[in-house]
Amino acid sequence: MKPKVLVLRTAGTNCDAETDVAFQLAGAETDLVHIQNLISGKTNLSDYQILAIPGGFSYGDDIAAGILLAVEMKHKLRKTLDQFVVDDKLIIGICNGFQVLVRTGLLPGTENGSPEITQRATLAMNTSAKFECRWVELDTQLSPCIFTKGIKPHLYLPVAHAEGKFTAPPDVLEELESNSQIVFRYGRTSQSPSDKTEYPHNPNGSDADIAGICDVTGRIFGLMPHPERFLTKYNHPRWTRENLPEEGDGLAIFKNAVNYAKANFS
Amino acid sequence: MSNKVNEFQILNADDAELMRISQEGTLSLNLNEMQTIQSHFAKLQRNPTDVELETIAQTWSEHCVHKTFKSIILYSEEGKETEQIDGLFPTYIQRATEVIDKPWCVSVFSDNAGIIEFDETFNLVFKVETHNHPSAIEPYGGAGTGIGGVIRDSLGTGLGAKPILNTDVFCFGLPDTPYEKLPKGTLHPKRVFKGVVAGVRDYGNRMGIPTANGAILFDTRYTANPLVFCGNVGLIPIDRCDKSVEPGDLIVAVGGRTGRDGIHGATFSSAELDDTSESLGSVVQIGNPIMEKKIVDALLQARDQNLYRSITDCGAGGFSSAVGEMGEDTGAEVHLERVPLKYEGLAPWEIWLSEAQERMVIAVPPENLDELMEICEAEMVEATVLGNFTDTHRLQVFYDGAIVADLDMKFLHKGLPQHIKKATWQPPQHQEMPSRDSQTENYAEDLCRLLASPNIASKESVIRQYDHEVQGGVVIKPLVGIANDGPSDACVTTPVIGSEKAVIVANGINPKYSDVDAYISAASAIDEALRNIVAVGGTLEKTALLDNFCWGNPDKPDRLGALVRAAKACYDIAIAYGTPFISGKDSLYNEYRDTTTGEQRAIPSTLLISAICVMPNIRNAVTMDVKSPGNLIYVVGNTYAELGGSHYFGIHNFIGNTAPAVRPDEGKLTMEKLSTAINSGLVRSCHDCSEGGIGVAAAEMAFSGGYGMALNISNVPTGEEITSDDFLLFSESNSRFLVEIEPHHQEAFENHMVGVPTGCLGVVTETPEFIVNGLTGKYVIETTIDTLKSAWQTPLHS
Repeated sequence: MKPKVLVLRTAGTNCDAETDVAFQLAGAETDLVHIQNLISGKTNLSDYQILAIPGGFSYGDDIAAGILLAVEMKHKLRKTLDQFVVDDKLIIGICNGFQVLVRTGLLPGTENGSPEITQRATLAMNTSAKFECRWVELDTQLSPCIFTKGIKPHLYLPVAHAEGKFTAPPDVLEELESNSQIVFRYGRTSQSPSDKTEYPHNPNGSDADIAGICDVTGRIFGLMPHPERFLTKYNHPRWTRENLPEEGDGLAIFKNAVNYAKANFS
Repeated sequence: MSNKVNEFQILNADDAELMRISQEGTLSLNLNEMQTIQSHFAKLQRNPTDVELETIAQTWSEHCVHKTFKSIILYSEEGKETEQIDGLFPTYIQRATEVIDKPWCVSVFSDNAGIIEFDETFNLVFKVETHNHPSAIEPYGGAGTGIGGVIRDSLGTGLGAKPILNTDVFCFGLPDTPYEKLPKGTLHPKRVFKGVVAGVRDYGNRMGIPTANGAILFDTRYTANPLVFCGNVGLIPIDRCDKSVEPGDLIVAVGGRTGRDGIHGATFSSAELDDTSESLGSVVQIGNPIMEKKIVDALLQARDQNLYRSITDCGAGGFSSAVGEMGEDTGAEVHLERVPLKYEGLAPWEIWLSEAQERMVIAVPPENLDELMEICEAEMVEATVLGNFTDTHRLQVFYDGAIVADLDMKFLHKGLPQHIKKATWQPPQHQEMPSRDSQTENYAEDLCRLLASPNIASKESVIRQYDHEVQGGVVIKPLVGIANDGPSDACVTTPVIGSEKAVIVANGINPKYSDVDAYISAASAIDEALRNIVAVGGTLEKTALLDNFCWGNPDKPDRLGALVRAAKACYDIAIAYGTPFISGKDSLYNEYRDTTTGEQRAIPSTLLISAICVMPNIRNAVTMDVKSPGNLIYVVGNTYAELGGSHYFGIHNFIGNTAPAVRPDEGKLTMEKLSTAINSGLVRSCHDCSEGGIGVAAAEMAFSGGYGMALNISNVPTGEEITSDDFLLFSESNSRFLVEIEPHHQEAFENHMVGVPTGCLGVVTETPEFIVNGLTGKYVIETTIDTLKSAWQTPLHS
C-alpha cells in the first residue's frame, strides 16, 4: 500500500500543489487538506503517515511568518498532533511550514526532560531586510533526520523568503549541535567547515548557517529551502550549461520519507 | 455622506452647467456625452439619480469602453490626403487577428483575457493591464492592486483560469533626478520605483505566482506619470472557456467587503493628472493578496464542480461595471443593502461604484447555491447573493426596497455617441550625430556607459525580490548564466508539473524610437518581443501578441497622430509575421499639467508588446550565456546604420532621425531559420540584439557565461554600406541575434542559414579579455568581462 501524505493548506498557503506532486513522484498517495477540515474532524490526521506543511504566506504572515497557523495548530489540533508525534509519524515543514513548526515548538523540540512544548528558536527577518529568491548550496550534516538519510553531501536548492534567518539563544544552538539536530547548513562546498558562510551564500544571515533542523528523533524536519522546486533537472538554473542527472536534488527528501513510511507503517 | 439618493439636475441645464456637473463629479464625460444623457432622460421626463449618472459615467469611461480606439479618426500627414479611419481597434488590431486567423486562438478580445490552446487538457489565458495613475499617487498600493487586478482578469476569463505567471514592466523617471527638478506635487522617481516594486513583490509573492518576466525603463518624461504594466498568464481546462448568463441566475459577490476605497478609479484614470492629483487618495485601493488567494482557491473548486455559469471581476466601476456587463443581454436586479460593507455610512452610489479590491461576481443557478456556499465557507471566503439576472433588459438597482437606478441596458451599452477625432503627424527633425571614430580609439568606455545606462543595467536587485520559482515550473529563469545573474531574453515555464510542454513569455518596448516615429517604435516593439521568444527556442508559428498602449491625451491631434502610426504598424507587422493579437488595453491621458504654470508634459508614446508562445518541449530551450571557450560567435541578420533613438546616440545626447525599421521579409526568414536551428540543437546560446546593439549583446553573453570573446566586426553582414566602427557596434537594427555555435556544428549551421545574412564574428575565449577588432583591423574595444559586468551591475545594485 502506498503511504498516505496529508498536505496541509490554509489561507495563503501557496506551495501545496508542487509539494503534493513531489510526494506523488516519490510514491505516496496524497491529499490536499484545508486545516478547517482537520479542526472540524471531517478529515482524520490519524489516517496519514506523513504530514507536510508547505510554503506560502499562511494568513498573510500577519504579525510574523507562520505565527497564526502555529497558534491554530497548537490550540485547535493539539491532541491530534500530539498523537501523530507519539505514533512516530513524520512531519516536514518547508519554508512557511518550517516557520510554523518552529513557532509551535515542535522544532527544535522540547528541552531535555521538559514535558512542555514551547518556542525556543525563531526565523527572523533576513539580514538583507529583503525578500530573497535565489539558489543556495547546502551542506548535509550528520543527523538522525529520516528525510535526509543517505542523501548527497551537497545539495543545491532555491530559497524564497523574507523571514528565514534562523536564530536561537546560545544554549539552544549548543544543544542543536550536540544532539546533531542541524540537518543542512548554507554554502560549504568551497570552504573549510569552520568558515562562516557569507551573504548571499547564507541568504538570510542564519546563526551557524542553519538552513534546516530536525527534532531529536529525526522524524520532524523543517527547512527554509524548497526541495519541491527541484524535482527534475530543468528546475536547475544552469541546466542549459551543465551535465546534470534527470532527477533533481530535492526528490530524495520526499523519497526517504515515503520509504520510511512504507517500512514502518505497512 | 448619507444613505440618501440624490438626483442630478440635468434636464434644464445649459452646456456650461452640464460640464460643471461632469467635472465636479469626476465623471470625465464630455459635452456631447452629457447632452446625449440629457436627451435620453428628457424622453423619460425625469432627472437621473446619482446612481444612474455615475453608472453611465463608469460604463462610458475611456477606461471601460476604450472610446478613442473605437472613434472615427480623420488622420492627416503633410502632403497626403486626409484619411478616415473607422476605429483604430477594429481596423488595425482586431482585423489583423482576423486576417491571420490562427486555429489555436480560442477566444480573442471578447473576454477579460485572450485564450489560446496549450495541450489536450488546458488552454492558456493572457492579459496585461496598466495601473499608471494610481501608482503615480500611491506607488505601493497602486502597483499591488495593479497585479491584483490583472490576476482577477485571468480568474474572470472563461469560467476562471489558475494564475501561473506574472509579468511586470515599469517606466519611471530617472533615478538621479534632482529634487528641485521634480514637477510640483509628484513623488521622486526613486520612491515610485521602490514603492511599485514592493507592491508587486508583496502581492505576487503572497499569491504564490512566479514573477519571471519584465522590464524597467527610465525617461525623464515618466517622472510625473510613471507607467506600471502588470500581466498574468493563467491555465484553464479546455471545457471551461465559455460563459453565459440565464435569467433567474443569482448574482453572487465573492470575496472582500466593500468600502469607500477606489471610488471613481475608472473616470479618474480617464483624465490627465495634475499637481493636485496627489490629494485624490481615495481613488487608490488597498490590496489584500491573501483574500484574493482564498477567492482563487474557492472559485477554482466551484468551477470544477460546475457550480456557476459566468464570472467576472469587479475592476474599474466596481459592481456597476461587473453586473452591468454580465447582464447586458438579459437584465439584472441588484439589492445594494445586501452588500457586505467594511463600515457603515456608504451612500448607495458609493456601494455600487466602489472599486474595493478582491471581489468577483458570479452567476449561480439557484439549485447550486448551497454547494457554492459550502465551498466558500470551507475556504473562509464571504459570498453574498445580491440579486438575480432577469429578462427585462434593464439594469435595476434597489436600496432598502426603493429603486435607485432603472436603466435601459441598450442605452447603457450602446448609447455612447461615437466620437470624431482629428489626428495629424509630421516627422520631427532632430540633429544628426556623426560617427565618433575619428575621436575615439577604444569604445570600451562607451560600451561600459551603455551597460550602465539604467534601461540596460542589471535589474537583479529587483528580480530577486520576486519569487520566480514558486509553483515549481519556471525552467528558463529571468537570470541565467554561470553565476545565475545574466539577463535572460524570455522566461519559460512548464505549468503542468511532469509535462515538458512549455510556455514562453517575452516583451518588447521601445519608447525612445517614438521620438522619431511611433510607427517604427511599435514595429520594433513587436520585432523585439518576437526576437526574445525565438532566442530561447520559440517559434513565430505558435506565438500570440498583446498590445498595451500608454499614450498622452488623445484629444490632442499630434498625440493621436502618433497613436494612428503605432496602430498601423501593429497591423502591418503582426500580419507580416503571422502573429495575432489576442488581447490588449490602452491607457490614454498620461499627461501631467502644472495648474499654476500651465505647463503640460506627455509621456513618450509607449507601446508594450507582450508575446506568448507554446513550446512543444523544454529540452530544446537555450539561454543567452556563452557556454564554452572555442565556440564560434555569429551574428544573424543584417545591420543597417540605424541609430535614431538608440542608446548610443542617447548617451551622447542625440536623438537622430533614422530609427531601426522592421523589414519583415528579412526578419521573418531570419527568425524562422534560427528557430529551426535552435530546435535542431545546432545553437549553444542565443541572445537578441536590442538596446546597445551588437556591442551590448556580445558583452552580456560573455560576462553571463564567464568567458571572454575575441571578435572582428568587419564580418558583420550589413544591408547598406557602414564605414564606421561605432555604428556597426551600436546600431539597433531589428531582427538580429548573436549565437554561439560549437565548431563541429559550424558547417551544419552555415548550410542551414543559407539565405539569411550571417557572419562569423569570432570565438569565445578561456581568458576574460573582451576584444573587438574594427574595420581597419585595429582594436576598437579592449577590456575584460569583469569590467563590463561591473559597469552593468553597479548602477541599480540596491
